[in-house]
Amino acid sequence: MRPIRTLQVAAAAAVLLAATACGSSGSGSSAGGLNPPDLKEPTKLGKTEGEVNLIAWAGYVEDGSNDPKVDWVSDFEQQTGCQVHSKTAASSDEMVKLMKTGEYDAVSASGDASLRLIASGDAAPVNTDLVPNYKDIFSGLKNGAWNSVKGQMYGIPHGRGANLLMYNTEKVSPAPTSWSAVFDDAGTYKGHVTAYDSPIYIADAALYLKATKPELKIKDPYALDQKQFDAAVALLKKQNADIGEYWSDYLKEVSAFKSGDSVVGTTWQVIASLAADEGAKVNAIVPKEGSTGWSDTWMVSAKAKHPNCAYKWLDWIVSPKVNAQVAEYFGEAPANSKACAETSDKNFCTVYHAADESYWKKIAFWNTPIEQCLDGRTDVKCVPYTKWVQAWTEIKG
Amino acid sequence: MTLVEAQPAGPAAPAGAVRRLAGALHRRPRLQLTLLLAAPLLWLAVLYLGSLTVLFVSAFWTTDSFTSEVVKVWSTDNFHELFTTPVYRQVVLRSIGVALAVTVLCVVIAFPVAFYTARVARPKWRPLLVVAILTPLWASYLVKVYAWRLILSEGGPADWLLKPLGLSGPGYGLPATVLTLTYLWLPYMILPVHTALEQLPDNLLDASADLGARPGRTFRSVVVPMVLPAVAAGSIFTFSLSLGDYITVQIVGGKTQLIGNLVYSNFELNLPMAAALGTVPVVVIVVYLLAMRRTGALSSL
Repeated sequence: MRPIRTLQVAAAAAVLLAATACGSSGSGSSAGGLNPPDLKEPTKLGKTEGEVNLIAWAGYVEDGSNDPKVDWVSDFEQQTGCQVHSKTAASSDEMVKLMKTGEYDAVSASGDASLRLIASGDAAPVNTDLVPNYKDIFSGLKNGAWNSVKGQMYGIPHGRGANLLMYNTEKVSPAPTSWSAVFDDAGTYKGHVTAYDSPIYIADAALYLKATKPELKIKDPYALDQKQFDAAVALLKKQNADIGEYWSDYLKEVSAFKSGDSVVGTTWQVIASLAADEGAKVNAIVPKEGSTGWSDTWMVSAKAKHPNCAYKWLDWIVSPKVNAQVAEYFGEAPANSKACAETSDKNFCTVYHAADESYWKKIAFWNTPIEQCLDGRTDVKCVPYTKWVQAWTEIKG
Repeated sequence: MTLVEAQPAGPAAPAGAVRRLAGALHRRPRLQLTLLLAAPLLWLAVLYLGSLTVLFVSAFWTTDSFTSEVVKVWSTDNFHELFTTPVYRQVVLRSIGVALAVTVLCVVIAFPVAFYTARVARPKWRPLLVVAILTPLWASYLVKVYAWRLILSEGGPADWLLKPLGLSGPGYGLPATVLTLTYLWLPYMILPVHTALEQLPDNLLDASADLGARPGRTFRSVVVPMVLPAVAAGSIFTFSLSLGDYITVQIVGGKTQLIGNLVYSNFELNLPMAAALGTVPVVVIVVYLLAMRRTGALSSL
């Protein structure tokens, strides 16, 4: 997710995770009346161009310079002859800006960036037949609202993760099964509740209201009209009184759960695993209302100067072995179904629910709220993301 | 070697040219001064003031709500919003409050410490004590703030220390932020106060005593007025550094947000709003500097 950048990042690992967080993605809703520019997908690949320029989240394009043992770029360069130049972006907005320069061939876009790239014509449709490994991608990641328009894929899915409810098993009893633990019942653990520090967290409140307040008729937590939005904001303002701290840095959340400063709140699987490894008594679940989540997609620029090398990269990064490596390094569920056989920790895919499609059905993947309601309503205007940002400031007070 | 190669006409001619140039500059001191100052002034005007101008100008632009691209159309919407939204006012006041609290705490702690290092400790120990005060500056800012996060955590050292007294630590929040910032910026206050106290002539104190003043009176009427400019100079550091901080508050501030956090959260999606918010601390600091100028602090920097 979004917030970690520059100075606040104490360790390279923190950057990595922060960026992950930024790697949000779209929900399963249909993208209203999105009419992207008419661009043609390539029908066949030509000779590789000798180099490729990538924009990626930290940890997605590792050539061994951060950690000699973490390297899936060198083999790619040897096998394809495509020299990789990668630029690490800190946010979806930076990715969009960089893609507009036309100097890059491919990007690991999150759902909130991908829709914008498709709409503005910066991302080209992708011919999945030219990416042999695409056939092994989990079906739940194909034709999502955040990576396709009207059945046309605009990229190759990379991986995904859910925003879970984590609690301290010693201090929180009975064990929570609902998000009410951080909303209506948050007062029980006043001052020890934590939440993710980003405007997109408003969708978590909307998801809870969708289940508990049917009269609001929320269909998609990323498509909120003014009334639904106000209800979600009011819920979060109430929650603010019980919040101990908001987190955006994963190290911060690990330390808060270890010390007991936080006992219940949202988390990612990688944080839950790390906290448990470091001795915190925690458990992380998908509550009965479901969860929000994120998913990233490798997209090709419409102005790519090295499209053939870009397609080679798309195929390489989702090939079973590499996809397993990057998923384990980053802490997310891999996109390739065959990656699970390649992970160094044989339990990895089980922990991250990589193959469990019924699990992912409960996840509303991050998407960028726009005025055009993403759930298809045309009689109202939805609240756009810039308003979410303002509201988030007001919620925190 | 290279010198000779670069001067095919022989060494005599260029040496003469240099001498002529030196002579010309010597006769025209103003030209000499202009040439000397041109580079730093250019840097100051273009890079420093220039970026401030860009900041201020872009505060009057707006953004496209879908692409977040900056739309360069003149409008005062951002400032209107800044002044009419309660949450912004609240956060601005909170930030100024934190900066003032940190400054006051730093003065209160720095004065006795500096008095000891400058006047009470044996002279041979004084440089060592100053070094000891400076050592925390050698450690990374983030390491120190994370250390405070551990100190203030639930059941951490702060809780453990206060437990016998029946108290508990402040936890994460506004007090923790003030405490941590005070720790971070304290050396910047101690140093100027130490210097001022060190330079305080002994005979003034003797004269005060000779005229019958008690230590308290000497402190109030002699020491404080002479050290005040140094305190004001130190406060410029503590105040401005605290006002701009947004990282400490993220680590130990719990759910608190300060002006820097608002700038940060608007930076990606609404750059003009971030610029409008960014002008607030600039204005506050300018006002603060003008106030401090009256104390003579700027001339003692």
